[in-house]
Amino acid sequence: MITKRIIPCLDVRNGRVVKGVNFEGIQDVASPVELAHFYNDSGADELVFYDITASFENRSLFTDALKQVAGEIFIPLTVGGGINTLDDFDRVLKCGADKVSVNSGAINDPSLIERAAKKYGDQCVVLSMDIKRVDGKFHVFSKGGRIDTGIDALEWAKRGENSGAGELVVNSIDTDGVKQGFDIEMLQKISDLVTIPVIASGGAGKKEDFLELFRANCADAGLAASIFHFKEVDIMDLKRYLNNNNIEMRI
Amino acid sequence: MIAIIDYGCGNLFSLSSSLRSLGIECKITGDKAEIAAADKIILPGVGAFGDAAKKLRDCGMDKLLRSLAAEGKPILGICLGMQLLFEKSFEYGAHAGLGLIKGYVGPLEGHIPNNLKIPHMGWNKLNLVKDDPIFKYITPGDYMYFVHSFYARDCMESTLALAEYGAAVPAVVRSGSVYGMQFHPEKSGSKGLALLKAFSEI
Repeated sequence: MITKRIIPCLDVRNGRVVKGVNFEGIQDVASPVELAHFYNDSGADELVFYDITASFENRSLFTDALKQVAGEIFIPLTVGGGINTLDDFDRVLKCGADKVSVNSGAINDPSLIERAAKKYGDQCVVLSMDIKRVDGKFHVFSKGGRIDTGIDALEWAKRGENSGAGELVVNSIDTDGVKQGFDIEMLQKISDLVTIPVIASGGAGKKEDFLELFRANCADAGLAASIFHFKEVDIMDLKRYLNNNNIEMRI
Repeated sequence: MIAIIDYGCGNLFSLSSSLRSLGIECKITGDKAEIAAADKIILPGVGAFGDAAKKLRDCGMDKLLRSLAAEGKPILGICLGMQLLFEKSFEYGAHAGLGLIKGYVGPLEGHIPNNLKIPHMGWNKLNLVKDDPIFKYITPGDYMYFVHSFYARDCMESTLALAEYGAAVPAVVRSGSVYGMQFHPEKSGSKGLALLKAFSEI
């Protein structure tokens, strides 16, 4: 049977990995290539590279870093950030990405998911959603969590699946950076609705949070950034702990 | 030198990088003379079976691969490249494959329990059913990275390793000098690289 996955996320700005709390207070962390090696050696099942480069001019710094990582690290790589067109898919796939994650690009043009799935296959298209509770409902936010689109997150998830997305990344803005555990309530609602794999993001602070997530059976993978970057949680330790608690892991 | 066949199907960057990281000389090429002269051949592939089989036929690569296989040249098909080695596929219609390995390719859908997701995507364990030099650097139970919705059928004779996913999925197959891997060794970390290294030494 396939294992649950542990996925470190590397937010890359101008060629460097950075991490903030609640999408703000960004701080410099490390070189993407160094971190990718570190994670590959420590048992990460997959890596996500998120391009948060602000300007078009600096975009090539990201693709250079990606290409270097893809040339040295041989586990699946997902790339997101600034994906608005099929040309953007092409650009990162040519640099060695295996999957491409769309977020605001799909909100601006929902046909992007379907067109990309037809061209590159469902398994290549990941729909990433930043979700926050607004008046008791789950709303999709765009532009890195800054703008409330008013779109219902559950409808958006289902629509993404129907359009051909092969995976969903569900990022809870409410729990992101708070380190008090994943947003099980939100994840449960979404995973009950779709059959494609769900990657949980936002809120992991300790090993127990991943156990809670996988025991609730509402995600196929857990994604986190700072707790791994700052070595608060060691991935191999985490995977052994989960394995000892009857969650199948690649050790 | 290993020739990685370029016929317009799939991303070959990771595959060539993974071989180079092992110190194995390789070349991405669609040139038949170059492919015929190579010590070993890798047939990659991502996408739909029908399209890929047609692309191979359109450039005459199917004939070349059959004659090289008959000469005993080591050939490794990866993912869709493995599926293409079989006689036929029922992926959206019926399509002829290369016929280098007996068996056919059919959908996982309807053959695995409904609670299992399709594609079969993620890390799954290899259960080795036959001993083979291709396994010399790995151990039973090592995990590999799979992404596929169709799988090889009626090929127990050539099956070297299986993965369990509600059905017994042929994961490594071999007929003579022709090998197939359903998963992506170039995306399966150090264990995947170990399989590529073993192939390069066959």
